[in-house]
Amino acid sequence: MKLYCLSGHTSRPCFVLRFKGTTIMLDCSLDVSTLLHFLPLPLIQGGRLCELPGWSPAAPGAQRLDEELCECSGRVFVDSEPEFAIPELDMMDMSEVDVLLISNYHCMMALPFLTEYTNFRGVVYATEPTLHLGRLYMEELVDYIQQCPSQKRASKWKRQLNYLPPPLREAIRPSEWRQIYSKHDIDSSLAKICCVGFNEIKDIFGALKATPVSSGYAIGSCNWILTSHHHKISYLSGTSTLTTHPRPMEKSPLKDSDILIMSSLTQIPMANPDVKIGEFCVNAATTLKNGGNVLVPCYPSGITYDLFECLSSHLDTIGLGGVPLYFISPVAASSLAYSNIYAEWLSSGKQSKVYLPEPPFPHAELIRSNRLKHYPGLHEGFNKEIRSPCIVFTGHPSLRFGNVVHFLEIWGKSSSNTIIFTEPDFGYLEALAPHQPLHMKVSYCPIDTSLSFSQANKLIRELHPQHIVTPDQYTAPPVMMPHCTDLVIDPEYHPLTFKKAEVLTLPIKREFEQLDLDPQLAESLRPTEVRPGLAVAMLSGSLVSRDNHFKLTPAFNPVDNPLHFSEETKPSPLVKPVTSPTYLWGNLDVFELRDSLHQKGLMDAKVENVPNGFIIHIPSEDTLIQIDQTSTHIMCSNEILRNKIKESLIKCLAKI
Amino acid sequence: MCDIRVVPLGAGQDVGRSCILVSIGGKNLMLDCGMHMGYNDERRFPDFSYINKEGPLTDYLDCVIISHFHLDHCGALPYMSEMVGFDGPIYMTHPTKAICPILLEDYRKITVERKGETNFFTSEMIKSCMKKTIAMNLHQTIQVDDELEIKAYYAGHVLGAAMIHIRVGEQSVVYTGDYNMTPDRHLGAAWIDRCRPDLLITESTYATTIRDSKRCRERDFLKKVHDAVDKGGKVLIPVFALGRAQELCILLETYWDRMNLKVPIYFSMGLTEKANHYYKMFITWTNQKIKNTFVQRNMFDFKHIKPFDKVYADNPGPMVVFATPGMLHGGLSLQIFKKWCGGEKNMVIMPGYCVSGTIGWKILNGQRKIEMENKQIIEVKMSVQYMSFSAHADAKGIMQLIRQCQPSNVMLVHGEAEKMEFLKTKINEEFGISCFNPANGETVSIEARHGIPVDISLNLLKREPAKSASGLPEPKRSRLLHGALVMREQAMKLVEPREAMKELGLNEHDVRFTSTLTITDNDSVAEMAEKLMKIFRESAQQHSLQQSSDGSISIADSVLVKVSESDENDKSVLLSWSLQDEELGSHLLKIIKTKFPTAC
Repeated sequence: MKLYCLSGHTSRPCFVLRFKGTTIMLDCSLDVSTLLHFLPLPLIQGGRLCELPGWSPAAPGAQRLDEELCECSGRVFVDSEPEFAIPELDMMDMSEVDVLLISNYHCMMALPFLTEYTNFRGVVYATEPTLHLGRLYMEELVDYIQQCPSQKRASKWKRQLNYLPPPLREAIRPSEWRQIYSKHDIDSSLAKICCVGFNEIKDIFGALKATPVSSGYAIGSCNWILTSHHHKISYLSGTSTLTTHPRPMEKSPLKDSDILIMSSLTQIPMANPDVKIGEFCVNAATTLKNGGNVLVPCYPSGITYDLFECLSSHLDTIGLGGVPLYFISPVAASSLAYSNIYAEWLSSGKQSKVYLPEPPFPHAELIRSNRLKHYPGLHEGFNKEIRSPCIVFTGHPSLRFGNVVHFLEIWGKSSSNTIIFTEPDFGYLEALAPHQPLHMKVSYCPIDTSLSFSQANKLIRELHPQHIVTPDQYTAPPVMMPHCTDLVIDPEYHPLTFKKAEVLTLPIKREFEQLDLDPQLAESLRPTEVRPGLAVAMLSGSLVSRDNHFKLTPAFNPVDNPLHFSEETKPSPLVKPVTSPTYLWGNLDVFELRDSLHQKGLMDAKVENVPNGFIIHIPSEDTLIQIDQTSTHIMCSNEILRNKIKESLIKCLAKI
Repeated sequence: MCDIRVVPLGAGQDVGRSCILVSIGGKNLMLDCGMHMGYNDERRFPDFSYINKEGPLTDYLDCVIISHFHLDHCGALPYMSEMVGFDGPIYMTHPTKAICPILLEDYRKITVERKGETNFFTSEMIKSCMKKTIAMNLHQTIQVDDELEIKAYYAGHVLGAAMIHIRVGEQSVVYTGDYNMTPDRHLGAAWIDRCRPDLLITESTYATTIRDSKRCRERDFLKKVHDAVDKGGKVLIPVFALGRAQELCILLETYWDRMNLKVPIYFSMGLTEKANHYYKMFITWTNQKIKNTFVQRNMFDFKHIKPFDKVYADNPGPMVVFATPGMLHGGLSLQIFKKWCGGEKNMVIMPGYCVSGTIGWKILNGQRKIEMENKQIIEVKMSVQYMSFSAHADAKGIMQLIRQCQPSNVMLVHGEAEKMEFLKTKINEEFGISCFNPANGETVSIEARHGIPVDISLNLLKREPAKSASGLPEPKRSRLLHGALVMREQAMKLVEPREAMKELGLNEHDVRFTSTLTITDNDSVAEMAEKLMKIFRESAQQHSLQQSSDGSISIADSVLVKVSESDENDKSVLLSWSLQDEELGSHLLKIIKTKFPTAC
């Protein structure tokens, strides 16, 4: 069994697993951290971002790059349409991939690159919410990038990394980075997804079964379990043991795996999500009380729903119930509509509301009472209706494109406003860097509900897998916190680790396969008991294999018999079952054999001692029987006699 | 392995109070637990004393599964679980779990409050019954216990209707509940994969009908309604709160929109309005078109259809009213019917099946004078129309489902005996499989023999094909396999005989035979060997033949044949084989003897 690691980002995984003749891809994520190297795309041409000074390496021999690079507050940015790092799809021939299993909507963002730009022909499985919410994430991303008027492309800088200052200098293989796909790519790519439900068992060529089980991380998020009759491989992607809106994580099906692949642990190991959501509410409320506006860069689903819920009830308790919440995204309406219809994928508390029947999320009521308003963008009526102070939820969390860029420009100048970071994907200092200098307050409340290291270690103990496979990064403390030695996967589990573009051979040994024994054949068996509770029987049958399923049925002469001789010597046309070959065991008593031969009339059979054993000699027939500890060799050219000896020998030994 | 046994307690050669007991692999299940709309005495519920003469059923049933929320499938549930007694799990889909308690409460109210019956289940009982229910998702494999597995498939009959696949070990049964094989205005078509169950228990409401296309029926329905309101008549459409009602509402809504009609359409208040909320929230259970457009416009937000008030029934002028229940067996629809049935311009459209004994059934059968419960006789002058809108599979649909899931046996329930006979013959003819239609209380036993799962060592599995004659793997052909089956307690594994002996600690005693034949022949040794090769090629063609550099021949890697010079004209042919290849070895010996009469 081999595991190919196509991604180096621990929370944006992509693997390929080869096992039992099948090739299975696990997730297909897009690494968005590259965005931070790019200059933000303003909604309106002109303004501060266009006036930033160019930057060019001073070193002799370097090409001029001030067309492509800009400097802002001591950092260098690429002035170009943003680019993304896609999984290493050239590590193998993508046409060999049979199945792609998607865990959650964060882990499918590179799907169009796979389905539209490689020769991938496999089946893609994802849950229904993952498909629909994933589509919204993709459409939002594409919308944000395409709505910006000027689209520059820069590539010269990629060939001169050595001359560039960090962090741009450390960019990994930027020549492989890609521009975002098109809307058409999204549609055609997502059309290839087959929807699955939690605990729905999908057969992969009869060799394996793939089952998604709830992972508690997002609506419709799952962990995948691959089972054969003798092995179990569990793949943990974004997983949460906290109680938020999605259906809770299901642990028991993951127990006792042979291999547990664990990725996507928390990106913010030091932050407790409960504390951070509390801080978020308090910080937002403080700003609002002082008449300032709050800007929350967010994705169109996920934690955003929890933020609506917590913030609105917090504002109620402190008497700020009248403050409007604005949710601005090209997919805001769809996201909110979908959240109402996925009761089956939600926590039991939210689910039971539907039985009343009431919408599962409190934001439905916020919308009805006009406290939460949503807009597709800034032009459609929003500017007329906006009231200050207010809270705006909008994307993109990288602060490189989307409406958030506009709000930073208009609200950034005032220190009474606050921007609160909640998404864990981007460091806030890096995200803000090209927008400096800013006067607005900055609050960093990253909320990552994924497993923390202590939760992960506890979970491993509970699940008790034979082997753990984790990214290399999880075996050493985070670079920024080298003294936090507890922020690792416990070394006592001896995790097998991987880096980007590595191929791991996983320690799974296949010894058995399942076979269906025909009941009629089973009835014909005559088992010999070797010891109490232990029996053995010789079994001959006709093996039929279809779709990797094996079946043993009774074999008959002459049709299935190997002794299919030509016409004249063909025994009888009668159909009779094939007999099993005989195996003998035990210690042979030479004298018993001799006596038996005597009884059959071979009076001149004589035992002679030779080194390593005996010889029984039957001079009258010129027959010799060589006997040692473990074998007997009968040299006899008379068929009648040979059969007699055979019978005697079989009598003297045990057979199966 | 024991047989699969099935007994219908209800719905055996009948429509109503569906309740089917299945015993499979030592597990007992109850499929549906419905009431009969044609009876008001104890016959309205299945006879649970069949399971246990007295006392609760918990010890006798592993689980209960409800296919959908219609009362003839779930109406007896609180009675069964709370009054007879059952504390085990009750499975149903999310929409069924949401809607079922409302219909039960409605049913209870009609029975207790209107008809004044006592000794009926209470609201509390409905609540505690629903606490025992576990929601299922489509296609999710639910492990009821270590052995019993259930899985729900989309049935398309009403919102949340499911077909159930039940599996214990290798044995399996599919129960369809009610289903519909053609998508309609709000639901998709039933679908099941090729799961090859031992038994398919299917409804057969429309066993003999092959319905015309849905579009025609829809056009017909709209025309009738339009004509009636044009003439100033009042149109009553008795419906069940959920299901057909929503489909017909969507139909009328779009028609009214298109034709710009102003005649009021009413929907009986409360229950049905609430029902539309369920549809909005369970959009994932509707058809693709509604799912695709729900963000822009939720189909179940109706513009033309207004809530109904009782006083409207006396309003002058035309109107269309949807009222519950669907078979005119009580409630608002019956009240309105009594008011309007004297008017010749008025019309009642029965959009679904009516159980015998109900007033709906009576008028559909042409009765014009109907005796009410209070002995009062009313005369029906209004026009009575029947439209087959109820979403059951017709004969074609039932055959289609059988083709989809490929069962070994079929059982018909939820239909009329004579019609079943017809379908039974058809199934027999077309699929050549047995078909049963037991009456209530009659047991059907089905023999289901399956293979026994055994572990086979990969060494054995992979070694065998190498022995085929052509030398190429032939995955599609069956091949002979010899192995030793080691049985340790319950576990069985099939390994190579030598491996088995090693594992069992048995010392193998290897036995070999060597026979030498002397043949008088002038040929050289090499020519002789060539001759033998030719003979073997003809007569042992299934086996691999190999000649090594020293001239010796090996057949099927096991029998060794060697020619050598013995005397001037004599050649000696030596054959050697092991005890395991005795059959082949002795046979080859015989062949050589036949081909060379001089051999001795």
